Amino acid sequence: MAIYKLQVNGKTLQADVEADTPLLWVLRDHLGLVGTKYGCGIAQCGACTVHVNGSATRSCVYPVSAVGNSQVITIEGLSEKGDHPLQKAWDEIDVAQCGYCQAGQIMTAAAMLKQNPNPSMDEIEATMNGNICRCGAYHRIREAVKLASTKI
Amino acid sequence: MKSTLNNSRRNFLKMSAITGGGLVLGFNWFNSDANAATVFSSVAPGDLNFNSYLSIATDGTITIQSPNPELGQNIITSFPMVVAEELEADWKRVKVVQANLDNKFDRQLTGGSGAVPHSWKLLRNAGATAKFMLIEAASQKWGVSASECSASESFVIHRASGKKLAFGDLAEAASKVPVPSTVKLKDRKDFKLIGTSLKNVENHKIITGQPLFGLDFYREGMVYAMIQRPAQFGMKLKSFDGSWAKSMPGIIDVVSFKNNVAVIGKSTWQVLKARKMLKIEYEKEFALESTEDHDQLFLNLMDNGQATVRRKEGDVDAAFKNAAKVIKGEYQCPFISHSPMEPMNFFAHVRPDGVELVGPTQTPGRARTQVAQLLNIAEDKITVQLTRLGGGFGRRLYNDFALEAAELSSIIKSPVKLIWTKEDDMTAGTYRPAVRYRFEAALDAVGNLTGYKLRGVGINSGNPTRENNFPSGAVENLLIDSVEHKSPITTGAWRAPITNFLAFAEQAFLDEVAVAAGKDPIQFRLDLLAKAKTSPAGPVRYDVDRMEAVIKMAAEKSGWGKKKDVSQGFSVYFSHASYVAQVADVVMKGGLPQVKKIYAVSDCGQVVSLNGATHQVMGGIVDGLGHAMYSKLSFRDGAADQNNYNSYRLIRMKEVPEIEAHFVDNGIDPTGLGEPALPPTGGAVANAIFKATGKRLRNQPFMEEDVFKTIS
Repeated sequence: MAIYKLQVNGKTLQADVEADTPLLWVLRDHLGLVGTKYGCGIAQCGACTVHVNGSATRSCVYPVSAVGNSQVITIEGLSEKGDHPLQKAWDEIDVAQCGYCQAGQIMTAAAMLKQNPNPSMDEIEATMNGNICRCGAYHRIREAVKLASTKI
Repeated sequence: MKSTLNNSRRNFLKMSAITGGGLVLGFNWFNSDANAATVFSSVAPGDLNFNSYLSIATDGTITIQSPNPELGQNIITSFPMVVAEELEADWKRVKVVQANLDNKFDRQLTGGSGAVPHSWKLLRNAGATAKFMLIEAASQKWGVSASECSASESFVIHRASGKKLAFGDLAEAASKVPVPSTVKLKDRKDFKLIGTSLKNVENHKIITGQPLFGLDFYREGMVYAMIQRPAQFGMKLKSFDGSWAKSMPGIIDVVSFKNNVAVIGKSTWQVLKARKMLKIEYEKEFALESTEDHDQLFLNLMDNGQATVRRKEGDVDAAFKNAAKVIKGEYQCPFISHSPMEPMNFFAHVRPDGVELVGPTQTPGRARTQVAQLLNIAEDKITVQLTRLGGGFGRRLYNDFALEAAELSSIIKSPVKLIWTKEDDMTAGTYRPAVRYRFEAALDAVGNLTGYKLRGVGINSGNPTRENNFPSGAVENLLIDSVEHKSPITTGAWRAPITNFLAFAEQAFLDEVAVAAGKDPIQFRLDLLAKAKTSPAGPVRYDVDRMEAVIKMAAEKSGWGKKKDVSQGFSVYFSHASYVAQVADVVMKGGLPQVKKIYAVSDCGQVVSLNGATHQVMGGIVDGLGHAMYSKLSFRDGAADQNNYNSYRLIRMKEVPEIEAHFVDNGIDPTGLGEPALPPTGGAVANAIFKATGKRLRNQPFMEEDVFKTIS
């Protein structure tokens, strides 16, 4: 066990955990940030996606010891009032069915739009293909990402 | 339209003042016979005894409780829409609350595509009754007749004078108005909310990551637990050594019950790591079955099994003997896992004076009953708090995870959150079992279907046929029977139970028969329906007109028979109480099929939330397509070969076709939509692939068929 000081959503938070603890479980069990979801634990579904220094990162396989001073952003910190263009588009298009995967979908899309604010449908699909939506809300996810890209 | 509340029902309509004054109107969610025949045979009758609350505060806030578990069907929006419609509420002032398990509610469960059909009239009555009382209160205040007043946007209006009073200002007086025995419901042409697209009331919470789901639940002082279950179905626990696991950081205890060894600790990760250090010995209790055994068994039982006759009409033997042409086809599917995104989990706190349960279940009432029996505690000492469900698909109809949590809490005497990993979900599931069907058809010299046989061989399925579905009733000579194999592998309902594969097999076979008869597949079905209508062979248990209407509309919307650049396949299916026809457009690229578009026409009666209904159709099609094309769970010596998303294939974004969802607007009451759009998809796609390639797909998943396997 060791104390890790983490930069999460613009704040310094600390957790006393083992070095190999995935960032996912540090966020969920130790920092109370449960918006980041556990889906598969092996970086296959994307439900746990957060930003580490702006890059979409699968937090379920990212050990806390690798975080260092990196800036971590979770769904709770994506915007102050839940009004990031993607969040607004998600509401506008009414994307969610069960909703469990949506934080990961939004975080994956947000990192992409930062790099590429004007993605084509093919580029959107190439990036979002890594995130599973078991309810099959893929059409609306794609549409919402496209809509958000017109507002950024 | 008049609806009567009888006296005994009126007793359920209790009035009481809520804090700060206002009207609380309870209404009884009684059992409706109309849709009683849904899949739910295992719900105890005692579970169906219920109530819900609509309250209006003096500040005008209207609170509507949504009693059913929410797993993505968006019942939490559509139920309140129905209440608000009849109430003439301003939707912006409506607050929706997820109710916990309460005996006041009726049918507080999610399954069988039954919630809206079941509750439709109850919800409308609830809204209309409150509206009546508000209008009555306003008319008394103004000294005018109630018939001169009407309600709109949370106001009561006196039409002649234009005087208005807000619902909030009337709530207190309205609460003293006697509950009416009869209320008039709105004419559907006056609907303002029903049939429109209102946004999911939980959108903001979902997109900002607020704690909504069972796995997000936290209680001060709780411990975390994971269970090691036997990896092979048929094995039981012999002995275990938990000393190493127990010595690891953060681990509080290692305990055993039934065939389980549970690791309890201070955090999820510590428990997950320690569980790997358990040393466990198992011993064989039942046969350790493999997929190869099942394949062999299906072939044997198909010819030699003891069959139970499900339906028999006319003289099948004579029909086949006299046939000009006989067509046979056999179809088989593998086991599949539900694998919702949120793994199973549950919180339980067993105290000396009662039990608290919190978590995602589709059947909270049953969870309470089962825990009461398990722990020998009275049901009224058990509370169940409902969380949002990160998907269900039938897996959360079963409460094994809730029972485990309760048993564990009773052993360790601590509040505990039990967490399953994705691997636990896939290897200890209640799977959709494999099944094999044999269809046989007899055609006369001019291509009429004169004889029809179906045998289903299932694993733990009971009856894997739907013997009264189409084309029963349209064929003079018919025999439908089934054979069952009992397996130690746990199986259960999976979205659109039985029909999720049977529909494909049947619709693919009927396509074969139509081609053999030299008829257009759609016309072939319409001819059969005409026969069922004009000279039925035995009882007809589906609505011929509704089925005919979706077929014709699907043909029209899809441009059936008019397209040159794509191959089209057709399928239609009646399941639960709704009808869905689909046409798939497919092209072949490099020897592999690409599904370009699926047209769906659904008759689910009145659509409540257009957004929600479209979601259910599109999601159902994606679900049906994905599992028909890609998903398979196989077994070796009782153990699942696939245990996570890397080996168990789910459909992804790039693989979804364009989908066009249409609804038949026929004015009948809602008949349900959570499942019915799924069953037709596999057949439409397979029939399109046949059109494109001349190859019949008879086994799922399609992409593992020889014709594609070598390419992909």
